[in-house]
Amino acid sequence: MPGLIGKKIGMTSLFDENGKNLPCTVIEAGPCVVSQVKTTETDGYNAIQIAYGDRSEKNVAQQQIGHFKKAGVPVKHRIIEVDGFDNEVKLGDEVSVDIFIEGEFVDVTGTSKGKGFQGVVKRHGFGGVGQSTHGQHNRLRAPGSIGAGSDPSRVFKGMKMAGRMGGARTMIENLRVIKVDKENNLLVVKGSVPGAKNSYVIITK
Amino acid sequence: MDLVKLVQDQYIEKKDMPDFNAGDTITVYYKIKEGNKERIQFFRGIVLQRRGSGATETFTIRKMSGNIGVERIFPVNLPSIDKIEVNKKGKVRRARIFYQRERTGKAARIKERRM
Repeated sequence: MPGLIGKKIGMTSLFDENGKNLPCTVIEAGPCVVSQVKTTETDGYNAIQIAYGDRSEKNVAQQQIGHFKKAGVPVKHRIIEVDGFDNEVKLGDEVSVDIFIEGEFVDVTGTSKGKGFQGVVKRHGFGGVGQSTHGQHNRLRAPGSIGAGSDPSRVFKGMKMAGRMGGARTMIENLRVIKVDKENNLLVVKGSVPGAKNSYVIITK
Repeated sequence: MDLVKLVQDQYIEKKDMPDFNAGDTITVYYKIKEGNKERIQFFRGIVLQRRGSGATETFTIRKMSGNIGVERIFPVNLPSIDKIEVNKKGKVRRARIFYQRERTGKAARIKERRM
């Protein structure tokens, strides 16, 4: 799937042609440079590797500097592999936001905001007790039973419990592209996108 | 450079509208679509608040329909707004006059501000 790396800028709202007010996220998408071209002869499959995000060379490992030098492109922050470009792009080319068209649907992947240690009501959507009287002393947001007793005499793996929430790779699917601004490399999609402002996101078709 | 602002400036059409604040009585004329026909309807009431800033600012107006209060929130730059008329300038001490919701009859009057 063709895709790009970008940066989440923030949210706003725009009006569509029917006058409806749509919640939108502004993403600075690309331009990404092609840092490697994989072909069936050399790698067994067709794909391109794209890189995005400026980075000082002193913060990059020698191995990576070598990789970028070989491709003849400046050192970048994030690298992903995408396909579907059909040998149209060459090493060192720039892939920009014009691969997307207004009205189509894209998936956006990012790292969600960390929420810390959270209980089951927020983390897994449990209902809570729903009653504050009839013997509910301090059990309002408790998880309830986590299994039977002497048989199986253990708690099953993957039981939904309280714990660390957020900060995980998350994909939001089928966000409609509302505007594409080639001049400023901006992409406006309907709805929200995982992560904080200025965090890296991956946009794929 | 603020890129969100750039997007707003580029894609949201700014409306010319009169200056009004909480406590003012205004009439909002807006277009509604019925099938293929478009006609203009109006909503007249007291401005309770103006909220937000820039291109996404909104305002809330409240009117009494019979003895039932009706509130509507309009974005300032909503494309279907035809025009806004300021009927009366009100004299109030706050920017958000939610206390108006509890008041009816004589208590709900707002003093007029004379220019």
